[in-house]
Formats: sequence, structure tokens, C-alpha cells
Amino acid sequence: MIWLPSLIKACYFLAALLFILGLKRMSSPRTARGGIVWAGYGMLVAVLATFFLPDMHNRGLIIAAVLIGVGAAWWSGKRVAMTAMPQMVALYNGMGGGAAAAIGAVELIGYVRHGLLAQGIPDTSPLRPEAWAIDALHPIVTVVALSPIELALGVLGALIGAVSFSGSLIAFSKLQGWLDKRFVFPAQRAVNLLLLAATVVIGILLASGYASYLLIAAFFVLALLFGLMMTLPIGGADMPVVISLYNAFTGLAVAFEGFVLGNETMIIAGTVVGAAGTLLTQLMAKAMNRSIGNVLFGSFGASGAEAQAIDGAQKPIDAADAAVMMAYAERVVIVPGYGMAVAQAQHKVWEFAQLLIKRGVKVKFAIHPVAGRMPGHMNVLLAEAGVPYDLIADMDEINPEFPATDVALVIGANDVVNPLAKTDPASPIYGMPILDVSNAKHVIVVKRGKGTGFAGIENALFYADNTRMLYGDGQAAAGELVSELKSMDA
Amino acid sequence: MIDGFLALYIFMLAAFTGYEIIARVPVILHTPLMSGSNFVHGIVLVGAMIALGHAETPLEMSIGFIGVLLGAGNAAGGYVVTERMLEMFKSSKPDAKAVSKEAK
Repeated sequence: MIWLPSLIKACYFLAALLFILGLKRMSSPRTARGGIVWAGYGMLVAVLATFFLPDMHNRGLIIAAVLIGVGAAWWSGKRVAMTAMPQMVALYNGMGGGAAAAIGAVELIGYVRHGLLAQGIPDTSPLRPEAWAIDALHPIVTVVALSPIELALGVLGALIGAVSFSGSLIAFSKLQGWLDKRFVFPAQRAVNLLLLAATVVIGILLASGYASYLLIAAFFVLALLFGLMMTLPIGGADMPVVISLYNAFTGLAVAFEGFVLGNETMIIAGTVVGAAGTLLTQLMAKAMNRSIGNVLFGSFGASGAEAQAIDGAQKPIDAADAAVMMAYAERVVIVPGYGMAVAQAQHKVWEFAQLLIKRGVKVKFAIHPVAGRMPGHMNVLLAEAGVPYDLIADMDEINPEFPATDVALVIGANDVVNPLAKTDPASPIYGMPILDVSNAKHVIVVKRGKGTGFAGIENALFYADNTRMLYGDGQAAAGELVSELKSMDA
Repeated sequence: MIDGFLALYIFMLAAFTGYEIIARVPVILHTPLMSGSNFVHGIVLVGAMIALGHAETPLEMSIGFIGVLLGAGNAAGGYVVTERMLEMFKSSKPDAKAVSKEAK
């Protein structure tokens, strides 16, 4: 079986190649679907090869854990609704971070155990309290298996992985609606900074050989706590950026742990994801006109300045009038937001748009870069309803067309059409590029009630003279519009 | 084990690769691509399997077990979700042509 290690190495090489080619194919709409399949084969090859590595123990446990993990994730991934995709990505990403942290923990514990054994300390079961504090302040001289660089990167990977794990779980809970309050208290930033500093100091101690079970436990508790505390104050509207950032984090953690384990495929795949994720995070933050630092550390919506008071009242319209208005319009632009997706209204909205098209109305869908919960999320949801690409326009393309638009129909979008982003420097979203729907001749806003949007900011658009409010759930409102149009034709 | 500088070269080249892949991607593919890259770092499963395969004490074994569990979840969940998203891109293509012809 002398050829086995080479065969396994070849499998790892093939996996790395398939990952890169797969990602490359995923970056173009035509080849995207094949891309994920290629990457999937890469994963399969790598996992199978790993199973045949020489001197692996606990194969039964490995099989059991793989089966349970794959089964649970497959089942949940197949069942989840398209609107809930962002939080599922957060959840699976957090699991990856947790796995990287677990690798780091196993390596560190093994390191301490071997070190203590080498010093002639026989029973070092970490579950026995007297073993915990042994040599807390003495470096383990006999380095077993891990070089200083490996130790340092292993600790760093564990730190990043643990932060990504607990942070992603918070992001998941927020988007899932389990945690709808932002958790803010005075001196939060200072507390978080202290937490991070303490974690890093312990990490440095661990990396320089001053390892003990107690230190390892403290390190992971602090790292997990930091991920938690860092994510809690961030508002739901910023979660996409945060998820993308944690995605990059997990990639890096995987790369570092790959170095510790001497696995090149992990290094390559992890680094590619780390770099790609970092760039993606920047693109997202830019689309919201904010820096990543601002997202992480600026408490969104908590600015002290008083926002402009808005004069006037919201003016309602009923479905029949709205339908007539659009039926006799020349150009209609539909601006969908996350609210449309939550109400599962995209199919009804597309049906309505098709009826308009049949009457000769020119219909377009305008999509803001951060509509939905991730860039491109709204495109996915419209694609699910069957809306063709050529009717979907992005912000730069559609903004010049609004003055020539008769009716702009806003469904479930709020902050991305708020003119205050241009006019009110005190507004938390000031400076964010928006869709200029208020330039259209008439604006119809479908909205559930009079409350503020996801970010909790008043919207001046709703009070504008050319705006009419069509109150109701997105799905119900779109259904009414459809039946009104049909009755006009009958 | 890998030579430190060799690893540094791998880091550098892989980082450029990741950057280049994302740099020219249309916005509509950002979400699927984020999900796809989320799947790719599911390779952490391999590392977790190695860690569990070399674990000796009950503590190491239980942490390793959790690691493999989480890693398998990352890989499988990432794949299913990405595949479902991209599936819709494919199915909307022929529809798109048919509908735009209808519209004309």
C-alpha cells in the first residue's frame, strides 16, 4: 500500500483544483449551476480520501458524526424558504467556524497533554481539577509535534473560528426574528475591546508555550463571548455585511488550521474564500455607503442628532384606483423590497406585471443593491417567481428613467427609497445611494401599516405630495390589484 | 509538515485567486457566490476528521466529534442551499426568452 499516501495527495490536489474551477464557473450566470456541482465533487473526493488516511482512529465515530451532520443540514437546507436563505448561510457558516475552532481545541489539548507527559506528570485528565492549573505559568519545554509557527496559527485560527461561530449564531437568530432587539449598553465598545484584549493576551500565552487546560478553556470562553458581544449591538439591516465578513473569517480560520494539520487543500480553499469574502464584504458595505468599521463599531440609528421632523400626512389610495392608475400608465416601475419577499408576494406581483404588459404598459423592476438581505437576494427571489432578466434593472440604470415614469409601485421597500438619505444629514442613512422613486409622476407604496422600516427610520417619501399609500399585506394587496385589473378587462 | 515559506506562497497565490474570481462578478450572483464560498470552506470537515482521527482522550474525542458534526453541516448545508439558488437561475432562462417574445 505504498501508493496510498500519494493517491490521497492526488485526491487533495484534485479537490483544490475543482474548488477553484467551481468558484470560477459560479461567477458567471451561464455556468453557475455547473460550478457548484464541480465544487461538490471536489468535496466528495477530499472527504473520501481523508477517510483512507493511514493511522486514523475513531473511524466509527467519524462516520457517525458525518452522517448526523450531513443528514441534519441536508434536511434543513432542502426545506428552508428562499426568503430565509441569508440566515441559513449564516448558520452553516457558523458551523464551519465552530469546526475550525474545534480543530484548534483538539490540537491545543493534545499539545498540553503530550507536554505534561514529557515532563513526567502521569495522569493529566483535563476533567480532574488538579490537572487544570498545572504549569499554568511555566512554558512546556518539550514541544511535541507542533512548531511555534504552527502553534501560533493554530491559536489564531481557533480565535477567528470561535468568533465566527458565536457571531454567526447571533446573526442567524437576528434574521430569524428570535432576537429583534439591539443589545446596547454604555461603554460597550470599551468592554468589547477589553474582552478582545484579554482573549488575545491568553492566545499569545498559549502560542508561546505557556499552555494549560485552564488557559485553553478560558481562551475559548472569552473568544466565544467576544463574538457574541461584537454581533449583538449590530442592527438587523447590517447583518448581510456581517454575515459576509464572518464568511471570510471562517475561510481564514480554515486556512490557518489547514496549516497546522499540513493540509494544502484546506489552506487553498480557506484562503480563496477569505480573500473572496473580504472583497464581497467591501462591495456590500460600499453599496450601503458605509465602511466595514462603521458597520461593526458605529451604533446604527443611535446618532444623537435630531432627525428632521416630517410635515404632512400619508395619503391612502384603494386597490381599484391604484389598478386603474397603472393600467392606463405608459411606464410603470416596480420597486420590490424585502417586505415583498416576506409576504411571499413575488408570484402575485409578477402576475400583476404580466397583466400590465399585456395591456401594453412598459414594466420594469428596479432593484437596489442592498434590497433583500444580501446583494442579489432580490434577484434570486424574482428569478424564483419567473421574472425574466431583461425586465430587471439596477439602480444606476433606472434612476435616470424615473422622471419619465408614470407610476412607481413600491412594494415592501422602505429605506432604499427614502429621500432623507439625500436631504437630511442627521439621518442615519444619510449618504446611502437610493432609488429616486420620488421623481416619478406618481408613487404608490404598498405597506402593511404606518410604522417605520427595518432600520426604524421615518420615510419622507410616504408623506410626499405625489405619493399614495396602499395599506395591506404585500400578498393580499398584489392579489387585489390582479383581480381589479382582470375585472377591468372582463 | 509544510515548509513555512512554501505555505506563505500558497497563501499569497490563493488570496489573489479568490480576489480575481470575485472581482468581475455581476451583483445578481453575489448571494449565490457567497453561499458557494460558504460551501467551499466546508473543507474544514476534512480537518475535523483528521483531528478526530488522531484524538486519544475522551475530551479530545468529544470535541473532535462536535467538530466533524459542525464541519459536515457546513459542507452539506452549503451545498444544498447554493444548488437550490442556482437551480432557479437555470430554470428562469428558457422562461425569460419565451416571456419576452410574448411581450413583443
